[in-house]
Amino acid sequence: MAVHVRIPTPLRRFTGGAEEVGASGASVGTVVDDLERQFPGIKERLCDEKGEVRRFVNLYLNGDDIRFLKHLETQVKDGDELSIVPAIAGG
Amino acid sequence: MTYVTGLRCRECGAEYPQEPRHVCDQCFGPLEVTYDYAGMARVLTRETIAARPRSLWRYRELLPVMREPAVGLHSGFTPLVRADRLASVLGVKELYVKDDSVNHPTFSYKDRVVSVAISKAIEFDFDTVSCASTGNLANSVSAHAARAGLNCFIFIPDNLEQGKIIGSAIYGPRTVAIRGNYDDVNRLCSEIADKYRWAFVNINIRPYYTEGAKTYGFEIAEQLGWRLPQHVVVPTAGGTILPKVAKAFWELHEIGLVEGPLPKIYSAQAAGCAPVIQSLHRGSDLINPVKPDTIAKSIAIGNPADGFYVLKAVRESGGWGEAATDAEIVAGIHLLARAEGIFTEPAGGTTVAVTKKLIEQGRIPRDESIVISITGNGYKTLEAVTASVASPFVISARLQEFDRLYQELVQPTPARVAGG
Repeated sequence: MAVHVRIPTPLRRFTGGAEEVGASGASVGTVVDDLERQFPGIKERLCDEKGEVRRFVNLYLNGDDIRFLKHLETQVKDGDELSIVPAIAGG
Repeated sequence: MTYVTGLRCRECGAEYPQEPRHVCDQCFGPLEVTYDYAGMARVLTRETIAARPRSLWRYRELLPVMREPAVGLHSGFTPLVRADRLASVLGVKELYVKDDSVNHPTFSYKDRVVSVAISKAIEFDFDTVSCASTGNLANSVSAHAARAGLNCFIFIPDNLEQGKIIGSAIYGPRTVAIRGNYDDVNRLCSEIADKYRWAFVNINIRPYYTEGAKTYGFEIAEQLGWRLPQHVVVPTAGGTILPKVAKAFWELHEIGLVEGPLPKIYSAQAAGCAPVIQSLHRGSDLINPVKPDTIAKSIAIGNPADGFYVLKAVRESGGWGEAATDAEIVAGIHLLARAEGIFTEPAGGTTVAVTKKLIEQGRIPRDESIVISITGNGYKTLEAVTASVASPFVISARLQEFDRLYQELVQPTPARVAGG
């Protein structure tokens, strides 16, 4: 499955400045692995040493937080949009 | 003179210079302003602070500004009210309400963080300020932007109370309401902040913004006569204020302005949006986001960015936390109004209700000093209590009609016989 991935500013140095890149996989987790294959070093920014998504990283598939879905196991379809968004303060 | 030394990632410790930046490049952790406390301790005394104007800027060495503050010259230094009538209802000995429902100029604790954020935005030479908000922050950013003559864009969920919407609109910002909840607004804003060169107070100005919340804690200590309370109950939404109140007490202790043990800190959330309390009660570090469903809209943040630090501050202090249902929240608003004459919004009702619960559970001892944090004003959220207050009695302008009404109201007291 080919998905569009939105890259936030802190990670654009891995993508040559690109705001959006294409990646493929069957699940969010395998899409992240494909990002790492294309842009070495990026996965370590997103996931901790146990492979879990870092505490301050939010991943949204078509606008839905993957923690409301099946986390990294969430299945993806062709044309889906995955957004990587740092947590931000509120009020 | 500034004592700011830079920015440091709270997660991995990576260091950065002072600049508009909200997350660590290495791990996305939040950044914290660092200070030279030893240098500050040599010059900052209780007397120096006491001699300054009554605003949050009296603690300016402990705030991250380099130049003269541009806004917020009347913000902060809100009343710390000794609440004896509420204490008697709750069955405790020494109780205070720190009342930011009367903060200047927009009646919530947000005037503290925004005073610092917009002063900083001006230092960084931005001409446009912005925020994602559940209402109070938008009110404050709009007012301070007007005062500073800056352009302003605010982003809110589309279901806010009228008072919160008009309370921004009056200052003339561009208001954008997003179909969705605060977490949806936040997600969009983080992408907007990436694209437009604006000062987003809670995004790229966040490390400075959050420091403003410390002044709530500084004031509590100063107003108690440079004494720390034993227990402080604080509402939790995104998780900004609670860890910063804890940091405030720690800093005052560190630079020698107060002595004694640090207070136990307690988190209050609405049961319809309690991701931090659920995690606290589970004994976990992991916060599962929730979809908010509560009348306490100002604290309806299902994915709290700083929730982890709320857990950490609560646990390290030896405190605890509880959640209150919507009915308990409304009862909390009524209780504070009737006992102390203070009208707070649902976030404050939550804090009152949770304080009551924690006292009843024995978590907060009845014979120790307690501070309840009231962070917002009830006049902005009339919808929350409209159904639960008495309607006026409507009569004609005739004394007879009032006499008849009075007789009904004072029943069953027998009527006094005129001339008898």
